[in-house]
Amino acid sequence: MGGAPLRGARLPGSAALSDLDFSVIGRSLPYLLQGLAYTIQLTVVAALGGTVFGTLLALGRLSTLTPLRMATSGYVNLMRSIPLLLVIFWFYFLVPMILQSITGAERPPQIGAARSAYITFVMFEAAYFCEIMRAGIQSVSSGQLSAALALGLTYGRAMRHIILPQAFRNMLPVLLTQTIILFQDVSLVSLLNVTDFVGAAVNIAQRDSRIIEMYSFVAVVYFALCYALSQAVKGLQRRIAVVR
Amino acid sequence: MESVPENAMISIRKVSKWYGAFKVLSDCSTEVKKGQVVVVCGPSGSGKSTLIKCVNALEPFQEGTITVDGTSVGDPATDLPKLRSRVGMVFQHFELFPHLSIMDNLTLAQIKVLHRDRQAALDKGLALLTRVGLRDQAAKFPGQLSGGQQQRVAIARALCMDPIAMLFDEPTSALDPEMINEVLDVMVQLAGEGMTMMCVTHEMGFARKVAHRVVFMDKGEIVEDVPSSEFFGNPEARAERARQFLSKILQH
Amino acid sequence: MNWSIFFEQVPDGDVAWWRMLAAGLAWTLATAVCAWVIAFGVGSVVGVARTTRWQWLVRLGNLYVEVFRNVPLIVQFFLWYFVVPGLVPALQTAVSNMDPTLFQFETAVVCLGLFTAARIAEQVRAGILSLARGQRLAAYALGLSEFQTYRHVLLPMAYRIIIPPLTSELMNLVKNTAVAYSIGLTELFFRTREMAEITFRYFEVFAVATLIYGATAFSANRLMAWVERRSAVPGYLGARR
Repeated sequence: MGGAPLRGARLPGSAALSDLDFSVIGRSLPYLLQGLAYTIQLTVVAALGGTVFGTLLALGRLSTLTPLRMATSGYVNLMRSIPLLLVIFWFYFLVPMILQSITGAERPPQIGAARSAYITFVMFEAAYFCEIMRAGIQSVSSGQLSAALALGLTYGRAMRHIILPQAFRNMLPVLLTQTIILFQDVSLVSLLNVTDFVGAAVNIAQRDSRIIEMYSFVAVVYFALCYALSQAVKGLQRRIAVVR
Repeated sequence: MESVPENAMISIRKVSKWYGAFKVLSDCSTEVKKGQVVVVCGPSGSGKSTLIKCVNALEPFQEGTITVDGTSVGDPATDLPKLRSRVGMVFQHFELFPHLSIMDNLTLAQIKVLHRDRQAALDKGLALLTRVGLRDQAAKFPGQLSGGQQQRVAIARALCMDPIAMLFDEPTSALDPEMINEVLDVMVQLAGEGMTMMCVTHEMGFARKVAHRVVFMDKGEIVEDVPSSEFFGNPEARAERARQFLSKILQH
Repeated sequence: MNWSIFFEQVPDGDVAWWRMLAAGLAWTLATAVCAWVIAFGVGSVVGVARTTRWQWLVRLGNLYVEVFRNVPLIVQFFLWYFVVPGLVPALQTAVSNMDPTLFQFETAVVCLGLFTAARIAEQVRAGILSLARGQRLAAYALGLSEFQTYRHVLLPMAYRIIIPPLTSELMNLVKNTAVAYSIGLTELFFRTREMAEITFRYFEVFAVATLIYGATAFSANRLMAWVERRSAVPGYLGARR
């Protein structure tokens, strides 16, 4: 299992500013971009999967069937009270075992951390998207549901065609903000030696002893991307507010 | 310091104010002499609340001068907290501090701004609370009082500072009808004791009873500024806009 | 399922495993408490700064929040642990003379504190802005200075209003202490992984760790609920306007 990279590693010796060599970034750019690609892929999959699964969880939490309500609440509360790192390690460890029992194989299939991460993040983010969608559903006035039912739509159809679309539109900025948070959370997989953006940078830093340059680069890139994305979300919020 | 008319407690001269490109006050001039009660009325959006908030510098203004008891409000060198501690203000939504008890609401500024000692502040607070008829509510919190009671406490809170003038910004507009009179009674009493008052209000009955002068504003300008006997007694001589406003208001 | 391993001795010592986990929990809580102090203090200052009328102060506060919110926590850990001491010679010497564990603890506290402060600043700002504008004006009208207005009128109500989101942030802080394992701090997650790797009883160890984190989160939640009850303003339901 992954170890904490550079744990206990000593500082890179007296590095004066003049010793810094940022050309290492240029030389390793393709490798770094590969890592970034993984990060983005994982984010997108987890966001989409998490939204779908989260919406289902939200409907479960709002359901009148007590066992369903309690099960979904329990799941959501559990995911939200333990550290993401623990969830990552749980799934890294559990997914192969579950697959083994499903497929009846002799020993657990070797699912790398990079792939179990997809399942982990979909399941984890679903808990957060659930709370967002729940707030969204509740923000749609109850008159809407009444009107839909009065027209003869079933509860399921009313949800699908009337309530959920409105809920989704209302909560879109919050969903996007949560996605930006997810984008940052993905970096934790680097601690399992997965080559995401941070993992790639850590590998280069260790290999070439360019810790300061690589970490600064990673920080700057994340800042630029996340800041730009959050500004875009703010712009979207402003435009939605005007239309309403 | 420029000379101000005798006995003018509040003097407003050619005041103009913009919010960005939008002009909210145009060349407003009026005054409130010591002991006078001046009522400011007008349709919503006329700038009357803005004007009164300029008097104690809660709103800045770009042109003109406002002087309160000789102190220029717009002068950057003026000690604003000190000025404000001498002028009392009562707000439309009472604005009592919900996390403080009634007594704490009354004594906070006395202790922190006027540096009175705690006992003196408490005595003053209780005295004024009794004066507005709410002595038995001293230990309660604002959330436990009705609107009319909260507004009376707000008046007492302002009076605790021993102000030289009182500003009222639509004090009864947020009250249910049955509570309006209890607040107006306090204000009438205050006027009778010779307090200098500037009131933005729709309550024309109150204006007719105690106001010395009525100022009518519309679209940021002062359209009428006449003694109240003139305003109510001689409506035909009033400007068209003022007459329209009066006819709508006085239907009740 | 072998639950007795928690009472077995660690290979190269003479303490039982459960004591290692308990020690880890102690580090987790110590880190969380110290970081919360920094987070609450700095977060309040920055949050207040963003609501004042001095534009330069507002911009400074916004800059702080943007910087600390747009960089992942683990990257911030690495920056504080490696980059900052590497670039500042004075720190470099201080760190090399310091006990490594102390350095890890201090780094974790500073990193988590400043990271969480940015989020608390958001909450404080939202809380102050949610107060009716008239409250601030009424305070000014009485002659209270800017500082007095914040201290006696705005902050007491704003803090009460934001107790629920602050509770979230406290729980997040406790969860985020796990990331400190990446710089070697021997908090609960570190000990959990260590025990799992050495005893190979992954399921039992993770299960217990999950329970402990869950219990800690629950306690933090109850603590804040108690704070909310104690600070409730009579006559107001959760301090609604």
